[in-house]
Amino acid sequence: MSQNSIEVHNLSVAYNRIPVLWDIDFELPKGQIIGIVGPNGSGKSTLLKAIMGLIPLSSGFAKIFDKELDLVRERVAYVPQRESVDWDFPATVEDVVRMGRYKKGKLFNRLSSIDKHLASEAIEKVKLTPYKDRQISQLSGGQQQRVFLARALTQGADMYVMDEPFVGVDVATEKTILELLISMKNEGKTVVIVHHDLQTVSDSFDYLVLLNTRLIAHGPTKEILTEENLQATYGGQLNLLSKIRNIIKNKDFPMREKGFEDK
Amino acid sequence: MGINDLLTLITALLIAWSCSLLGCFLVLRKAVMVGDAISHSVLPGIVIAYLVSSNFNSVFMLIGAAFFGVFTTVIIDFFHKKLKLQEDASIGITFTWLFALGVILIALFTDGNADLDQDCVLFGELGTTFLDKVIYNGRLFGTRSMLMILPVFILVVLFVVVGFKGLQILSFHEEFAKSKGINVNFWHYSFMALVSITTVMSFESVGAVLVVGLLVIPPATSYLLVERLIPMLWLSCLVSTISSLLGYFASIYFDVSISSMIVVTSGAIFILVIIYTKLKIAFRKKIVNL
Ligand SMILES: Nc1ncnc2c1ncn2[C@@H]1O[C@H](COP(=O)(O)OP(=O)(O)O)[C@@H](O)[C@H]1O
Ligand SMILES: [Mg+2]
Repeated sequence: MSQNSIEVHNLSVAYNRIPVLWDIDFELPKGQIIGIVGPNGSGKSTLLKAIMGLIPLSSGFAKIFDKELDLVRERVAYVPQRESVDWDFPATVEDVVRMGRYKKGKLFNRLSSIDKHLASEAIEKVKLTPYKDRQISQLSGGQQQRVFLARALTQGADMYVMDEPFVGVDVATEKTILELLISMKNEGKTVVIVHHDLQTVSDSFDYLVLLNTRLIAHGPTKEILTEENLQATYGGQLNLLSKIRNIIKNKDFPMREKGFEDK
Repeated sequence: MGINDLLTLITALLIAWSCSLLGCFLVLRKAVMVGDAISHSVLPGIVIAYLVSSNFNSVFMLIGAAFFGVFTTVIIDFFHKKLKLQEDASIGITFTWLFALGVILIALFTDGNADLDQDCVLFGELGTTFLDKVIYNGRLFGTRSMLMILPVFILVVLFVVVGFKGLQILSFHEEFAKSKGINVNFWHYSFMALVSITTVMSFESVGAVLVVGLLVIPPATSYLLVERLIPMLWLSCLVSTISSLLGYFASIYFDVSISSMIVVTSGAIFILVIIYTKLKIAFRKKIVNL
């Protein structure tokens, strides 16, 4: 059995020769909810794309479940940022969710009834069944995010990699997504979430990666959330920093986690 | 309506349908200008194929077209993605250069040849295609233009039907397809090759300029009215069918170029549809306000 969900070694990525990620090294555990956190432009989306093999690397490598990505693609589901598509595309909720079942090398085959069933199930899980025949442009931001989530759920993967799933979503969606993440974790799945704002939902993360072009720190949430680390990650963004300070002071941070309470 | 009308109409419809189907994906992929570029830059391919085979042999034409079409998209991507030139500039440079090259090749090597001149390349003429009939054992099989476009049409239909899921996922979310290990380059380049072949086979009949109208206008019209991809494909074909029929008879009535009239008609349908959708929205608001 492999020990790591994701291993990244000596990884650098540059756009137009300007480095966006620099010499990143980490290993992430399995079966946990992992947050990749950093300010806007810190390279979080780029890191996910690098891990998913979507962009060329300047150096280093990324492995998933200790294997080359191509060997384990079926075990990873990627949920890109919501803005990565044109929501005016002529497709219904169901059309998009079913795309989760499109497989390489099997694109010429029809979807089986199992595929269709899995799609309906996923739509039900994200509470979109009443909207399944609606065109995707006629959904709220939160509903669109849930469409992406449902599409990933159909893949039946062991690891879910999500880019900013909480951006621009309503409270109901945030709750639905959080519940789903926790039930996924309880099924032993690994969930990796990119997130730019430590104030919201971050108490659900078991493990954190703090990123700002370089790797600032990574480890279990309670060990990582020191003021020094946050200063290094968000340094300069004083307004945000003072808010985070308040969060730490008020101690409404990860102390709610089970297992931490008795300490 | 005589046999000549019928032959011309069938040719027009086969071209219109091929363009409508492929055009839907061009519109959805926001690659209409790439389609435009391809329709011009396949010209050197046609000339070279003509020089090699000294007639419009369709096999050479297909190969030449597919090659130059894919070459065009590769060059555009190279300028845009590797050299970081803006996309519209990359497109503008690539196709004008290749088109100009084609014009010069025509002037240098095919002087005085009636089949291949600049006017025909730009505008094409459906109205004269019936002159070139294919008769075998005393039986009429159709016109040469029609028999050239027919296999392309069949290929397009097969590609869209069999490859529907690939085209759909490529158009909606290329990055996601890639994350699933789907070979997006295969889909991208086979699609572009088919667009190239279709524009080349439509060259003589509608020309490099008007074929773009057939690629864009019916799909864009259909896009305004539908909510799913399959209806978009059907409606796009319906719009191009109506434009072809109305355009054909109007062109005979006014005695003008058929392909121009078809494109003008489809443009008029497009405008009507825009007015219809605007009215519908305004009407809905009114009901809400009452
Ligand atoms: N395709 C691209 N071409 C050039 N620069 C890019 C591209 N994508 C992202 N960048 C730049 O890389 C940096 C990191 O971007 P990104 O990974 O999207 O950050 P985050 O997701 O943390 O906000 C930003 O400065 C951004 O402007
Ligand atoms: Mg991002």
